[in-house]
Formats: sequence, structure tokens, C-alpha cells
Amino acid sequence: MYNTTELCSVVSGHSSPAAILCKCTTRTAFISQLVKKRQPWFLLPGNFQRLLSESSSSCFHLRACNQLFNIPAFTTAMTSSTNVSCFHEARRVAIFGGTHGNEMSGVTLVNLWIQNGKEIHRKGVETKPFITNPRAVEKCTRYVDTDLNRAFTTENLSAPNGDDLPYEVQRAQQINGIFGPKGSPEAYDVIFDLHNTTSNMGCTLILESSKDHFNLQMMHYIKKAIAPDSCPVLLTEHPLLKYSTSRSVAKHPIGLEVGPQPQGVLRSNIFESMRVVLKHALDFIELFNEGLEFPPCTVDVFRVSEKMDYPRDTNGNIIAMVHPNLQDCDWEPLNPGDPMFQTFDGTTLCYEGAGTVYPTFINEAAYYEKQQAFVTTRRETLAAGAIKKNIGQSYSV
Amino acid sequence: MEIPGYAGRHDARLQRKQSAFHGSTTVSMEPVSLPPQSRVALCGGTHGNEMSGVYLVRELQKLEKVGSATLTTVISNPRAVQMCKRYTDVDLNRCFTDAILSSPVTDATPYEVRRAQELNTLLGPKGSAGAMDLVCDLHNTTANMGLCLISYSAQDWVILHIYRQIQRKITSAPVRFILLDLPLADAYSQDSLGKHGFSIEVGPQPHGVVRADIFNIMKEAVDQTLDWVQCFNSGSAFEGGEVDDVYTFVKSIDYPRDPETNQITAAIHPQLQDRDFCLLHPGDPMFLMFSGEIVKYEGVEVLHPYFVNECAYYEKSIAFHLARKMTLTIPPLRVKRD
Repeated sequence: MYNTTELCSVVSGHSSPAAILCKCTTRTAFISQLVKKRQPWFLLPGNFQRLLSESSSSCFHLRACNQLFNIPAFTTAMTSSTNVSCFHEARRVAIFGGTHGNEMSGVTLVNLWIQNGKEIHRKGVETKPFITNPRAVEKCTRYVDTDLNRAFTTENLSAPNGDDLPYEVQRAQQINGIFGPKGSPEAYDVIFDLHNTTSNMGCTLILESSKDHFNLQMMHYIKKAIAPDSCPVLLTEHPLLKYSTSRSVAKHPIGLEVGPQPQGVLRSNIFESMRVVLKHALDFIELFNEGLEFPPCTVDVFRVSEKMDYPRDTNGNIIAMVHPNLQDCDWEPLNPGDPMFQTFDGTTLCYEGAGTVYPTFINEAAYYEKQQAFVTTRRETLAAGAIKKNIGQSYSV
Repeated sequence: MEIPGYAGRHDARLQRKQSAFHGSTTVSMEPVSLPPQSRVALCGGTHGNEMSGVYLVRELQKLEKVGSATLTTVISNPRAVQMCKRYTDVDLNRCFTDAILSSPVTDATPYEVRRAQELNTLLGPKGSAGAMDLVCDLHNTTANMGLCLISYSAQDWVILHIYRQIQRKITSAPVRFILLDLPLADAYSQDSLGKHGFSIEVGPQPHGVVRADIFNIMKEAVDQTLDWVQCFNSGSAFEGGEVDDVYTFVKSIDYPRDPETNQITAAIHPQLQDRDFCLLHPGDPMFLMFSGEIVKYEGVEVLHPYFVNECAYYEKSIAFHLARKMTLTIPPLRVKRD
């Protein structure tokens, strides 16, 4: 094992440590390459030096770091350590499953981890798997009285508690007590909320605030980690369409929506995808807590724009279905004039908006009663500044 | 006892004939004539969250006659449809056995049992001369089964001729026939109320969702059925021959479960998922445990899985069914003139 002194005595060279990093698969190999090529140890970010020096670092994922430290970004990190946002260590992390009792991937994963949490254990992090709506899970139904994932409004959370309240409102108050209070310094740092959808959305990450740089950096990390598979980011920040989710109790809420999967069904590929995304998310948190600085980055997102209902008759009955050309085409462009709905007798109804939109949540079973056939989104690129763990200073997050 | 109009098991006699051209043995049957299909019933919403049938029945409610036949449309389980659930108390489509239909009604009787008895009055009585000639029950499944006709008899020539027409005319999905070998008294599904009855099962579709492609397949199947009925009633002759892609139920396989909690401990293996009606050989993967191990098929016979990962079957302890594939021979058929 090399020590810092030995490495610091190495004569400086010129090729980027990042380039060497790309070729190594173990930390030992990386260090030996550094020494061999006489790389400037002191040019690595302080946090990274510390990581390398530690005798056992369970989170040292060279390939992952490789993705972070691609050459331009690494250069930026080396030259500018100003404009870094500091966040408190993410010490308390929760993983919610069963917020909707018939969305089986989350229910299954959380139950698995409650029994044996080894897979979600990360050094320095308290990861708590939690079934949010056990009664709905038991009945394998979305909810018992009301949708739990819409129940975390200020009004509900501050209502005097009582047995006459709907089950999910009582539950929201309990969850707020354990993982919140929402908006306070005592609230959990991060909550992952696991969901499935009948829509063909792949592995979608849901972001509630465009200003949450910690979440943006995490999502950037996850996207790079699962590439070439894609991981669209849905931004639900919208004055009307944003809803009060169970995860919103935390400082950094992250929704994970994986589909297509029918309600009440467990598909192996969907289950494993969700598991992999969570693994990368927890890796990010561990790296962050270890002191790694994440350089500035951009994240392509889809910002919610408009809710589109099914065409209905005067009695409120649906009179048309999502058109076969639109069905399963989540995240693909929908242009004015493109087919949108098909009536039961075969007539096509077209999209008549002003410009191209990117629909999602296309034909989600649970949204028929919420008058939503799909939601339109617009593409946007969000910038996240550099972030690192707050050491000894009291920045508020 | 001979019931007029029922396709009994004694109708046709087989006759072997050598074909001079091909040197092969073809089996042909004596022509059969059966009474007209004058009263046809189309049922949707037997399971309240199987949406294609619910919407299709609503569309066809306007249609009262199909040629000379009357068409009755029924939403079988209106309460379940309103709640968009499979059932409220018990599965309606298991309530049509003779035993349940004749059981006395008390305050404790589940909603679906009462409803089954009402439907028996409306469409039956099961096994009697007053029953509907043809009952067609519409269903969806989360399994990747394409279009299936499900029925109880290998000798109901009306159903098998309808199957053949659907199979010939529909190209937008694979078309198959599933045979449940049960005597009439034990037949538990709604279609058994009619003198001739079958279910149309289309998938994959999540429950609570209506997909245009799935709806259109079901609509085509119903249109072909009604077309056949019209042609049959007006005197068309349908030639005999063979129908293939017939699958007979053999047995079911359940998920691996935790012995204490009874929770499932594996999902259908990715190599089996969505591969209904493909061959399952001994040694082929069936389940992928959450821990990563693979559970393989250990039967001796090569069979065809279907209803693979049907949502409603988790509570019935069924991961999938297994079937044997066969071909049936059908006789020439035309309507019986009085």
C-alpha cells in the first residue's frame, strides 16, 4: 500500500490522471500507474487523495469515478475550487416502497431489504427501507381511502389527528413524524420513493425542484452510470401540476418510476432495473459522504407542461383511446397534427398544440380517474454547480 | 339426456379415406346440421378491470340484431366495473358451476354469487332448452397470449367453426384455442350458461387500461363471430377439416414462496416472461429468485406455458398453466332447416 508521502515525491508529468484512471480497474492498479507515469498526486482533488490513501474504501468504484472525471470536467475541478456548494453529509436516507400498494417492484425490494439490508448498506449512511402504505400493500390496491402520494399537503399534515381522517392522511402524518417534519432541519436527508407505471417510461427519475443541485448531481451520476441505457428525468416543478408526494418530506426527494408493468404484477426485468438504479444512487451518496467533490454538470430534463385528458361524452364516459401511434411512445416527440386518440369506431383525433411536446405517463392505469391520458413535457437543460460535503461549516441546505 | 341444440359427444362419426393424390390418410367426418343460433349474448366486465370488453359491450349495446339473430349485451359485474376491480367479494367467473348456481341465497351470500344466479336466469338456465344459443364472454389478461378462444368441449362444432374463421381472418395477433376438459356441471365460467359458449381472451394489457391495439383485436374477433353467426343462420355451408393450435390444460405451476409468510420469492424468469405458448423443456428456466438463483422446469414432458404472469392468478397460486398442443378435426357444418 502506497502512502501519501511517497506519492507526493513523484516528479510531475503531463498526462491527465483521469486518462490513467480509465484504464485501471482497481485502486492498486491506479496507484501503481500514477507512480509509474510519475503523475502529479497533488493535482488530484483533496478528497480524492484521501480516498486513495485509506486502507479500505468500500466505495471506491474506479469505473464510476472514470465517468465523473472525464477530462474536461476533471480539469475544471482541478483549477476551480471556488463556486462549490456545500451540503451536509447525507447521513439519513430512506427507501419507500408500497406508496401505491399494487406497484410491485418497490414493495418487493423494500420487503427484501427489511429482511436483509446488506445490499443497501453503505458506510456512514443510515439507509432505512420502509413500506409507506401497508394496508394498500396487503390488499394489493393503489390506496385504501385516498392516494397517499397526493396526501402530503400542508393542510393534511397540520390537520388535528383523529380516527375520522382518511387512512392515508393519518399515515401521511405518521410518516411526516418519522421522516420529517417536512421543511425542518430534522427531516431525512434523502428519500427514494419507488413506483411502477403501466406507461412505457423506462427508468424515469422524478425531480421536484430545478434548484436542488444535490439531486441534479445524483441524477447526472446515475445517468452516466447506466449509460448506454437511458434514464429520463421528469421535472414536476409546476405551479398547478406539482403534487405533494410522500418523498417531499425529505430535504432531497427522488422519485423512481419504472415501467411498463401492470399493477399487481412483478416483472423480473423491471425489478432488476430498479435495483440497479438504486445501487448507483446509493453509491453516489457514499462517494459524496466520503468527501468527493462533484464538478459542475448539466442535466437534460423534461419539464411537465400540460395534462391531457381523454375525450369524454357529456356523461363523463371516455369515448376514445390513446392512439396506437402514441401508445408506448413516452419521451418521443409529438408534433401538431400527429395522431393522439382513436375513437372506439376508428376515427383519429390529432394533437392540436402550438409546438412539439414530449408526452409521458401515456395510458397510466391510475390516471383514468384523475382525468389524465398523458402529460406533455418540454425539454430543458439544467445546470448544477459543483458540490461537496460540508466539512465543519454550517451551511444550510 | 339429449338437449336439443347442444353439441353432445356422440354427434359425428369418423371415416378414414385414402387420398389418391397425396398418399396420406385424411380423416373426414359426416356433415352435421345444427339449429340456428338465434339468440346470441355478448358479455363484458365479468372482471371489472378488464377494459376491452367493458368498452366493446358499451359500443355494441346499440346493435340489437345480427341478421336474423337477436343480440343481448351484458355488463356482467357492474359493481366491479364501477370500482374498476376484478370483483367485489369473490371471482364472478368461478361462480357458474351447477353447485353454486343452485345454492340457497342468504344474507351472507357474496354479491357475485347472487349476480351469477341472476345471470343464469337472464342467459340460461344453464343446461336447459331456454338458454342462449351462444354466449361469448370478453376478457383481457396481463399475459402475452395474443388472441385466445377458451371453451370446454372438443366437439362443439359451432365454437370450433367460429375459431377457424377467426384464425383465418385475423392477422393482427396470433390466434389459439384453449380447451378446458371439464364436464358441464363443473364448468365454472359464464360462457357455460349458453348452449354454446366460449370466452375471448386478449392480452397483454394491464388491468384498468384500455389499449387501442388490444381493443381492435377483440373487436375484430367479435365482428368475425357475429359474421359467422349471420352466415350460418342464412344457410352457408362450412367445410370440414382440421383446426390446429389447440392447447389442452395439463397442470399449473405456482411461484416459489417463503414457507412462513407465503410471499413469493422469485419472479418469472426473463426467458419465460412474455413467451406464452412457446415450448418449455425440462431444464429450461422458469423463475429467477430475488437472490439470483434460477429455478428450472423439472417436468418430464415438454409442454406449452400460458397465462404466464397473469396478475389475477397470484392469489390463486398460479404463476402459469402448462398445456399440450393438439389438432382437432371438425365436420362440415350447416344450419338445420325444419
